[in-house]
Amino acid sequence: MDVTTLLLLLFVGAVITFIAGDKLASKVALLFSAAALGVTVYLLTTVQQFSSLNVSYPWISAPKAYFALKVDGLSLAMVLLTTALTPLIILSSFANQFKSAKNFYALVLFMAFAMAGTFLAADGLLYYIFWELALIPIYFIALLWGNDAIEARKKAVLKFFIYTLGGSLFMLVAFAYLYHKAGSFLLTDLYQLKLSSCEQTWIFFAFFLAYAIKIPVIPFHTWQAEVYQKAPTVGTMLLSGIMLKMGLYSVMRWQLPIAPEAAKTYMPLVLGLSIAGVIYGSIVALRQKDLKKLLAYSSLAHVGLIAAGCYTLTYDGLSGAVSQMIAHGFVIVGLFYAAEIIYRRYETRTIADMGGIRTQTPKFTSLFMILVLASVALPGTYNFVGEFTVLYSLSQINVWYAVIGGTTIILGAYYMLKMFQNVMLGETNAKLFADVTVGETVVMVVLIAFLLFFGLYPKPLLDLVNPSIQEILTQINRS
Amino acid sequence: MNTLIAISGLGIFCLFAEIINLRKAIVPVAVLGLIAILGITVSEFDHPSAWYNNMVIVNNFSVAFSSLFIVLTIFILAMSGDFYKDKPSKFSDFIAIKIFLLAGAVAMVSFGNLSMFFLGIEILSISLYILAGSDRLSILSNEAGMKYFLLGSFASGFILFGICLVYGATGYFDVAEIYALSQGAGLPVWFYFGIAMILIGMLFKIAAAPFHFWAPDVYEGSPTLVTATMSTLAKVVAVATLYKLVTSLNANMPHLFQVVIVAIAILTMAVGNLLALRQENVKRMMAFSGISHAGFMLLALLSLTTAAGTLFYYTAAYAFAGIASFAVITSVTKNKATQNVSDFNGLGKTNPVLAAVLTMSLLSMAGIPIFAGFFAKFSLFTQTIEAGYLVAVIAGVISSIISIGYYFKLILAMYNKDADAETTSFPWVYTVVAVLAIALNIGMGIYPGCMFDLLK
Repeated sequence: MDVTTLLLLLFVGAVITFIAGDKLASKVALLFSAAALGVTVYLLTTVQQFSSLNVSYPWISAPKAYFALKVDGLSLAMVLLTTALTPLIILSSFANQFKSAKNFYALVLFMAFAMAGTFLAADGLLYYIFWELALIPIYFIALLWGNDAIEARKKAVLKFFIYTLGGSLFMLVAFAYLYHKAGSFLLTDLYQLKLSSCEQTWIFFAFFLAYAIKIPVIPFHTWQAEVYQKAPTVGTMLLSGIMLKMGLYSVMRWQLPIAPEAAKTYMPLVLGLSIAGVIYGSIVALRQKDLKKLLAYSSLAHVGLIAAGCYTLTYDGLSGAVSQMIAHGFVIVGLFYAAEIIYRRYETRTIADMGGIRTQTPKFTSLFMILVLASVALPGTYNFVGEFTVLYSLSQINVWYAVIGGTTIILGAYYMLKMFQNVMLGETNAKLFADVTVGETVVMVVLIAFLLFFGLYPKPLLDLVNPSIQEILTQINRS
Repeated sequence: MNTLIAISGLGIFCLFAEIINLRKAIVPVAVLGLIAILGITVSEFDHPSAWYNNMVIVNNFSVAFSSLFIVLTIFILAMSGDFYKDKPSKFSDFIAIKIFLLAGAVAMVSFGNLSMFFLGIEILSISLYILAGSDRLSILSNEAGMKYFLLGSFASGFILFGICLVYGATGYFDVAEIYALSQGAGLPVWFYFGIAMILIGMLFKIAAAPFHFWAPDVYEGSPTLVTATMSTLAKVVAVATLYKLVTSLNANMPHLFQVVIVAIAILTMAVGNLLALRQENVKRMMAFSGISHAGFMLLALLSLTTAAGTLFYYTAAYAFAGIASFAVITSVTKNKATQNVSDFNGLGKTNPVLAAVLTMSLLSMAGIPIFAGFFAKFSLFTQTIEAGYLVAVIAGVISSIISIGYYFKLILAMYNKDADAETTSFPWVYTVVAVLAIALNIGMGIYPGCMFDLLK
């Protein structure tokens, strides 16, 4: 039982889902994603020394590339995020009737496979391949099963594809250059590399372009809100819950340790951009009339803060960023799911058309409320742990970063609660709001339970990622 | 050499099969014959030999590329059976010409003497001129044939003139002797003029900018299967020959040569991709996409000593993706007057297999992993960086991004629109060819080592 099994499980699951046919597809997909979660939890609980799970086979002789997977606390935490959210996302879509469901669920599992691969890969070429592979399924998911008129959707999705592919290709050039210097793509060999500060600057920004588009950091965010709105909710959840974290994870794993000098030199610039994203996202979110767009911009604000945490290059910054990545993944999936639950009943995403739902369904109201509070980082939720560690690390760099970044909490509380008020409270809506089903409740309760449990007892996850972050920091601070 | 003789024999048999009333057997016999010839060719790997006073030299380079050409011809011939169904009287001619074309192609990668090289290029070109104009009742096909013939013979003239200048400077047609002389100093300046002339002629044949103007019109006007032949087989042959020619005539080209190649490559990539964006006709679009790929393949000329394997991989990846996409294009536009992007509307619903194959082959051409096109571009980029031309790589990356724009136009049309017309039937043979070709492409992508290492 190792991580290759995990990847194979997801891949084979995608194939079998496709074969299983439209009727069984969703259940088969759920089964395989749950099995993947089982394997992840099994690995996390039984394995003492994660490095014993590392995998490395020669793959291509020229250019020399390996099928190499690195297993440590950080990559496993991210794999856990992927495999824990995937079954929930699949479960959340059971009420929807998709046309050609076998293709849809096969693509979802394939995407989970590619994302898990991205988190595990320890060879630059392999990593790049997984990174790009994740893009193809989400492109088709958003294009074929999305909302609104086809023409508008086509434009948004194509823009997204060209943006992300364009950024990644510059990362590919960086990898080609690194290969030219190191003679291998292996993470360990690239860590050994001594690059001049000029080379580091180029490498740093080539990587930055790829990650800044994926995360997204201002001014590369323009694809995001449109795609979130147009994609089906499952696609939005995959994108915001997991795929964005690919960018953040890659900053820690690849960009910072390979070009640490440049990361120190350009820290004010990248921190400034990240924090600008926080302010921008929050302010734009205030003015949104569409519920999904509002959540998209709130997500922009939150990931901006996570990116800032990564680029502080401090222990607290990185560890807080990891916590917040996982917490944000769970909470944003929950919030988009709440939006979907409302849409199923009212067939609208416009906030003004909602309201007065609370009196009809107190259960859903409470669950939604907890998610909203988690999103604004109320103490006791896991988001609080992440967000405040990041803010603390920012204050160590410069207190003003923390002050400005901290507005995300104030503004966040304002627009989220205002949204909640408009959507849920007010006079009883004339339209009937059927109570949430058992399936819907289960998904939300699991998400909330996870957030509350680790909010009160974050130690297991912190201990899990601690050694990896120490390793990355040693690598950054080598001379 | 055995390959060349066997192919010519097969061609002559196809020509005469008509007379002894074996028309039905032509395609199966030709395909089986080529498979046997493929076996002969592959068995010559690692057994270099020279024939007839070094007229023909068989080495690993020529064996590898000849095998690729034979495989491509098998695919094309397999589709011919259905494609020429309604022209029974010309059937054996078309098949025979395609096999002769292959003979020319094999001669072009295994020459040891410039006269043999010229013979090969003329056999190939004349076959293509005929094929381009083979739909003789269509005005477009006539125009394509005429245009291609006039411009092509002009380019052949350039090549011939170049060969004369090289002969004048060295006194030899034999490439090994010319190579030996070019290592020493004191060659007259017209030696380099000669090489430049040959280069210009070859750049015309591979449709590199600024010698690309014939390509879109000829591609559009020719019958679709001939367009497939030109954009896969003929292009790959020309690129391989150009590479062989430059390496075997003069391995240490002056710096200026490399700068010119970089400039032409960048120009070709830019022109091909930018103009492809504006095309509505799929065949024209593929013509411009082919032009941009020619630009990529030219980058192999920057690292002459090491690039053979990479070039082989790139050409194979490009050609298999091209065969797969043209099999779908031929199948879809067979009974239609136009070949516009809108003719592909709703293919994702009416024929999901063909739509999936076309999507995958376009993704391969765009350079998305796990398809072979990605590894091809990537190893080319790595090599170009090692040769020290980062600027060419960045231009390549930018043009790859642009290429998404038009490749995805076709993909979007297939999946995101409803079919306008009633669905026609899709003959199975195109589907089989398309699936086989894309399977080869993906196989190359999953295990790229098998082909990179062939030409070490």
